[in-house]
Amino acid sequence: MYSLPLLSLAIWTPIVFGVLVLATGSDRNAPLARIIALVGAVLGLLVTLPIYAGFSPAMSGFQYVQNVEWIDAFNARYYLGIDGISLLLLLLNSFTTVVVVLAGWEIIQKRVAQYMASFLILSGLMNGVFCALDALLFYVFFEATLIPMFLIIGIWGGPNRVYASIKFFLYTLFGSLLSLVALIYLYFASGNSFSLLDFYNTPLTMGAQVFIFFAFFMAFAVKVPMWPVHTWLPDAHVEAPTGGSVVLAAIMLKLGGYGFLRLSLPIVPDASHALAGFMIFLSLVAVVYIGLVALVQTDMKKLIAYSSISHMGFVTLGLFIFNTQGIEGAVLQMVSHGFISGAMFLCVGVLYDRMHTRTIGDYGGVVNTMPVFAAFFMLFAMANAGLPGTSGFVGEFTVILGAMQANFWYAFAAATTLIFGAAYTLWMYKRVIFGVVANSHVADLKDINLREFLVLGLLAVAVLFMGVWPDPFAELMHTSVSDLLSHVMHKKLPVQ
Amino acid sequence: MQYIQPLWPAYPEIFLLAMACVILIADLFVSDEHRGITYMLSQLALAGCAVVTWMTAAYMSTGEAVHTFSGMFVGDVMSDVLKLITYFGVMAILVYSRDYISVRGMFRGEFFALVLFATLGMMVMISANHLLTLYLGLELLSLSLYAMVALQRDSATATEAAMKYFVLGALASGMLLYGMSMIYGATGSLEITRIASVIADDGAKNLVLVFGLVFLLAGIGFKLGAVPFHMWLPDVYHGAPTAVTLFIGSVPKLAAFAFLIRLLVQGLGTEEIQAHWQQMLAVMAVLSLIVGNITAIAQTNLKRMLAYSTISHMGFLLIGIIAGGLNGYASSMFYVVVYVLTNLGTFGMIMLLSRNGFEADHLADYKGLNQRSPWLAFLMLLLMFSMAGVPPTLGFYAKFSVLQAIVEAGHVWLAVIAVVFSLIGAFYYLRIVKLMYFDEPEDSAPILPRTDARMLMSVNGLAILVFGVFPQPLMTLCASSILASL
Repeated sequence: MYSLPLLSLAIWTPIVFGVLVLATGSDRNAPLARIIALVGAVLGLLVTLPIYAGFSPAMSGFQYVQNVEWIDAFNARYYLGIDGISLLLLLLNSFTTVVVVLAGWEIIQKRVAQYMASFLILSGLMNGVFCALDALLFYVFFEATLIPMFLIIGIWGGPNRVYASIKFFLYTLFGSLLSLVALIYLYFASGNSFSLLDFYNTPLTMGAQVFIFFAFFMAFAVKVPMWPVHTWLPDAHVEAPTGGSVVLAAIMLKLGGYGFLRLSLPIVPDASHALAGFMIFLSLVAVVYIGLVALVQTDMKKLIAYSSISHMGFVTLGLFIFNTQGIEGAVLQMVSHGFISGAMFLCVGVLYDRMHTRTIGDYGGVVNTMPVFAAFFMLFAMANAGLPGTSGFVGEFTVILGAMQANFWYAFAAATTLIFGAAYTLWMYKRVIFGVVANSHVADLKDINLREFLVLGLLAVAVLFMGVWPDPFAELMHTSVSDLLSHVMHKKLPVQ
Repeated sequence: MQYIQPLWPAYPEIFLLAMACVILIADLFVSDEHRGITYMLSQLALAGCAVVTWMTAAYMSTGEAVHTFSGMFVGDVMSDVLKLITYFGVMAILVYSRDYISVRGMFRGEFFALVLFATLGMMVMISANHLLTLYLGLELLSLSLYAMVALQRDSATATEAAMKYFVLGALASGMLLYGMSMIYGATGSLEITRIASVIADDGAKNLVLVFGLVFLLAGIGFKLGAVPFHMWLPDVYHGAPTAVTLFIGSVPKLAAFAFLIRLLVQGLGTEEIQAHWQQMLAVMAVLSLIVGNITAIAQTNLKRMLAYSTISHMGFLLIGIIAGGLNGYASSMFYVVVYVLTNLGTFGMIMLLSRNGFEADHLADYKGLNQRSPWLAFLMLLLMFSMAGVPPTLGFYAKFSVLQAIVEAGHVWLAVIAVVFSLIGAFYYLRIVKLMYFDEPEDSAPILPRTDARMLMSVNGLAILVFGVFPQPLMTLCASSILASL
């Protein structure tokens, strides 16, 4: 039916271009490296368009399936396919890659080729995670993303980058290694197969399900990150270069949420139900407590990092209330958070590039010198606070609706974020942007240039479009979400 | 039994022995400035061995094990595969070491003769079907290695390392012999296939057998460098010239693996005895993982760090053996092949970066390598991630197949221990990457390795990545050679 292996193209186009960029070598060829990187990122985005166009939202199951032999000894296959949920994340990832390449255009002057190549390769690997239907393939892509991100934080990061990058790597590696043991267990339980679809139909005892649930939990909760395993994220975000923060917040955190809904929920539904209270508790702690933590931050990046954790709490909350609104809201929240957090980090990046400080206290009255920037920042800050009409509202509201069906108090606790979120975001905005010009550095600021305008503009369009008209996003995944729910509601305990 | 047994399984050994003698004599007539001739002859001898092994395997072998020399010597698929990998490993070692040994005054005939005799020893070990043949091969290998460690006569550390290696090695050989004599006492035979059949017929005195087994395992543990018999390893790795460390740390592990398979699996593989040695190996494996990974963190010398990393890798290798069955042994073999490939690259890199009077063996010497030579830094990055077992490098599949085998065997706790300690291990490999990529260089001397060594390093490093994406062929090779030998 489909002649071109489009998913493979979506995975390998950025990676091949990444290698090409690497081949340009030293910084003497930096302009060439930038252009090849942009071409690769745009091509990567273009490849996803026919995938979107040819995708039939009403069809149940996976589309664009490609299934070829890979490692016979483990019966692992190169098995790709997407449903509506993965398609959204695929599009988000390819879009973000273009944004990131543009955002790093002249900001990065040191080892440009390696910088651009890391992002392109990372983008391809993350597409691989979203497309993989074979557990081993999923794991390989999932783990391989650590290497480029480790280098991005460590090479182009801030003063404390070494600590942050090693913490990031070991934290996430620890989580995923345990899930590897669970995958091996599932391999034997499912009769020597690594196919996720076979895992979905494997009956498992409650004990085994709980073990697998916690092994997956370690991998994905660290990635999301859920409270209390979130401590690597503020460090990583603060030290990462702007592009690194954007990809980290916009896409890498989604790997965790995606892992929960692609692996945990359908493979161990009974344990997921039994432990839902635990997951909801952790999610609400993240939403409320981390929201309060964000309030007291003095570093802008740290504030946005904590706000990310708080917003990702909505994703895990939505997933574990097991109704359509909850899960659709979680996916919408992932996409919207991808746009908003990316945009917020870019805004901080714009300021940092000019002032080389992220401390809120060093700013004040930026609106007087950078009015256009202030307008963009305003839009994204409002979106981060969940203002209706922006994408931030759509996801959070849907999750709250879903939570309301499950339990009034879940919804109540989650809704407090609309207050806290507004408080920490707008308070930061007020201190940075409004007021009198704080010092001579602020007085010397120049407003954003055309490139920055383009980058922020793209994201602003996305945020507003999704906020005003979320249907195109939601329609893609109705069928996939009901598929997922049917798996989640299906008891898998072996017949006694 | 036939009167005239076919001699062809031993053709490669005969060929290499002849060539080693020829090279030893020919070298007498070669002046120092033409020493490259000896080098080329050695490479040719090894390439010739590969051809002979290939030809005998392709034209004479039926895939069945063939015994010769009254059952003392065996040729089977596993021996062919391991020998071929050994030749290529040794050839790579010679390419990597050429510059290193010539600036250090070791580019002499003795080095090549010792390398070839050590190789011969490994080949005999790989093909041994008799405890004495096994011992003979082991001693030929060990004695050559002792001499190689001491080859740099004016280096105090090398001499100390050689002494330590020799004394402890002799002790281990003694234990091994003692163990073998016990086995002989219990079964009345030294021939591995005969021992197996005697035990299978229940004609063995179990207590004596198990007693002998303890000594055998102590000897094997020493040769592998498994805890608690690992004390020699860091000192010897550190003290020996890097070219020799590369040799000790890579290909002999293939022979040691063959040793394990021949002795424990083919000889003492009945269920009852297996339960005994599995327990003992489990203790050694767990201790190796713990001691190797934790101690490696504290090292500042790269060679010493890699010595401890070797200890932890041997723990993984043993876990594969403990898992047992076709999958377990095949995963173990795959692990050791991957280990050899990765270690060749890593020590090769140390030699590529070293120059006259500079060893490049301190961790600090790797600072900012990415700025001095991005390509070499990238290859080293691949090697380090492979050692740590991070996909998509080959090392991941090696660890994965061992873990899979041990979970299949039902020892999930061993898998969890292995996973936890490989996480700790990831830290010190990561530190090298950190030094290369995140730090500023302290040393600005240009890196000018020979073209052939540089090419080989590229092939070696990329193999780690390419086989990491397509591990299938290598795994099939290991599985089929184990299948044919069980």
